[in-house]
Amino acid sequence: MSSTEVKTIEELANKEYKYGFVTDLEADSLPIGLNENIISQLSALKNEPEFMLEWRLKAYRHWLTMKEPTWPNIKYPPIDYQAISYYSAPKKKPKLNSLDEVDPELLKTYEKLGISLTEQKMLTGVAVDAVFDSVSVATTFKDKLGELGIIFCSFSEAVKEHPELVKKYLGSVVPYTDNFFATLNSAVFSDGSFVYIPRGVRCPMELSTYFRINAANTGQFERTLIVADEGSYVSYLEGCTAPVRDENQLHAAVVELIALDNAQIKYSTVQNWYPGDKDGKGGIYNFVTKRGACRGVNSKISWTQVETGSAITWKYPSCILQGDNSVGEFYSVALTNNHQQADTGTKMIHLGKNTRSTIISKGISAGQSQNSYRGLVKIVKKAENARNFSQCDSLLLGDKCGAHTFPYLEINNSSAQMEHEATTSKIGEDQIFYLNQRGISTEEAIGLIVNGYCKEVFAELPMEFAVEAQKLLSISLEGSVG
Amino acid sequence: MLEIKNLHAGIEGNEILKGINLKVNAGEVHAIMGPNGSGKSTLAQVLAGREEFVVTKGEIKYNGKNILNMAPEDRAREGMFLAFQYPVEIPGVSNTNLLKTALNEIRKYHGEEELDTIEFLALVKEKMKLVELDQKFLSRSVNEGFSGGEKKRNEIFQMAVLQPKLAILDETDSGLDIDALKIVANGVNKLRSKDKAIIVVTHYQRLLNYIIPDFVHVLYNGKIVKSGGKELAFELEEKGYDWVKNEKIEEMVNL
Repeated sequence: MSSTEVKTIEELANKEYKYGFVTDLEADSLPIGLNENIISQLSALKNEPEFMLEWRLKAYRHWLTMKEPTWPNIKYPPIDYQAISYYSAPKKKPKLNSLDEVDPELLKTYEKLGISLTEQKMLTGVAVDAVFDSVSVATTFKDKLGELGIIFCSFSEAVKEHPELVKKYLGSVVPYTDNFFATLNSAVFSDGSFVYIPRGVRCPMELSTYFRINAANTGQFERTLIVADEGSYVSYLEGCTAPVRDENQLHAAVVELIALDNAQIKYSTVQNWYPGDKDGKGGIYNFVTKRGACRGVNSKISWTQVETGSAITWKYPSCILQGDNSVGEFYSVALTNNHQQADTGTKMIHLGKNTRSTIISKGISAGQSQNSYRGLVKIVKKAENARNFSQCDSLLLGDKCGAHTFPYLEINNSSAQMEHEATTSKIGEDQIFYLNQRGISTEEAIGLIVNGYCKEVFAELPMEFAVEAQKLLSISLEGSVG
Repeated sequence: MLEIKNLHAGIEGNEILKGINLKVNAGEVHAIMGPNGSGKSTLAQVLAGREEFVVTKGEIKYNGKNILNMAPEDRAREGMFLAFQYPVEIPGVSNTNLLKTALNEIRKYHGEEELDTIEFLALVKEKMKLVELDQKFLSRSVNEGFSGGEKKRNEIFQMAVLQPKLAILDETDSGLDIDALKIVANGVNKLRSKDKAIIVVTHYQRLLNYIIPDFVHVLYNGKIVKSGGKELAFELEEKGYDWVKNEKIEEMVNL
């Protein structure tokens, strides 16, 4: 075969390949690699309007000029961004015929979490007969929300159905130039959630992806945008507390929250992705950018997170307190075991007058894990009478793990009031023996002590979530002492 | 109920208990007295199964079973209770949560059904009266920010809820004023019964004015050097521990 012939065949193959994507929308995946062509294909696959593609391309071009951050207190082998496929149609899990075919260890965990059989089937991909309950439940919810004018849909849907809202708010809190991972996300995000709460509406239920039928498998590059218009309120739950074994190695999500005058957003996360095995093999790299803007006066944003999964967690849910009298809160429990690494914390940026922020961070390290709190409190010159309270506690289990605290303060207004407390403690033999002596086993004793330590954060979670989070902590700590 | 034979135990190679012999039957109250450093608290901790203390010789039988290899939680589930000299603080864990967990663990061990919240609260409220504790106390974290007296009362309250067969009170009187002492003693007395035994470990005689023992043992230098009835406690109070020490030395000289 001559060289020209080879070239022609190649061209032809590529052409057909490309064509194939445009026509067959649902079933295909993009080949590995990242370039402008891939991004255009991705946008076309998703039938996106022109503005979206432009935004993605701007982000991609900017990303090319950026370097992966090296400042976090985490170690991982270099990531080859050209070796990743940036779009695959929702992965179909292998269909199993009954729960007998599921990994018994996984079932044991579900049992401990108190997850119903139907749910267990759904989570493990076992075919569920007839109509699955939550489907009809979800539809009911959607109707109810619609009556109030609340928009709750997938990001892809929002781009098509509500482009004016997306255009107005997308990137307004986390610009596409923000940081290496957020910029990558801006270029290639696959899907996610969109919420809009109209003026004066109090969302009558906790919004959760669980109730959104089409939310499954939103993939590695999730994008969430929540807008609370004047005087509205919403509580959003992210994540499913059941340990779904997501095997994607790299996750880089972006969450943007916007609270206008007198609006309030409460965002709760329980993250328990695959942390890798006991020897540190496998596990998810979770590089997330979460930021909320308290744009209006008297607005409030609360982040509550319970992080027990992932091999690497790099995450700083933050608040920009722009409106006068606005309030930012961050409540966090980060647990690391075995070889997990977490570098997490928050940023509170005080711009408006009389702005207040609260930071309660509880780190728990077990096994050979490393757990770092990194937090910034910044008060600009114009922010009169800003107040911050920070409390960063670390709890160590055993002597092979590490806890680190990196607080940063930038105060440019002398009327600011700051309080900072930090403690590091070990679970005492005394405490364990005391509980043993009351008939409680060591494992359960540690569960009690750790849950007690996290109480202030759990108190911020919606009731049901708090109960599951407690169970999750105990499960994550199993075998960590002995 | 409890039989200790030639018990030797220590910590980090130092022998503290040097051949203890003691027999306690159901229905009896034994007082173990002795000067500081005689090994009283070590004995209490060894009975409860604290791992730091290594038993080098001898045996402990509880209801006919050798318990030396039994985990502390199993000893507790078998009905042994230690009221701590220094009750431990557990931040964020409410008294209710601790007690409910403990009680249900013990019930499970005996194949009994767990108590539901309503049954549990009824039981707890009844027992609180014994030691005159306020209900608010239930939601407070275990021993956190408690006064010395509250901590000791809490120990007796836990004992009242868990209903042990053998209770060991380790210096429960230390740090108590006279009113608190009476409340604690009163609580203990109400728990006395034919099928239960109590070991009171104390430095001073004054608690024994309120909890009248059937037997008094004097522990000195890791051994029980004198045993007798409740009169022995008064004698000790009058003559001081030097009396025992001197007598012991005389005995040794005469040998």
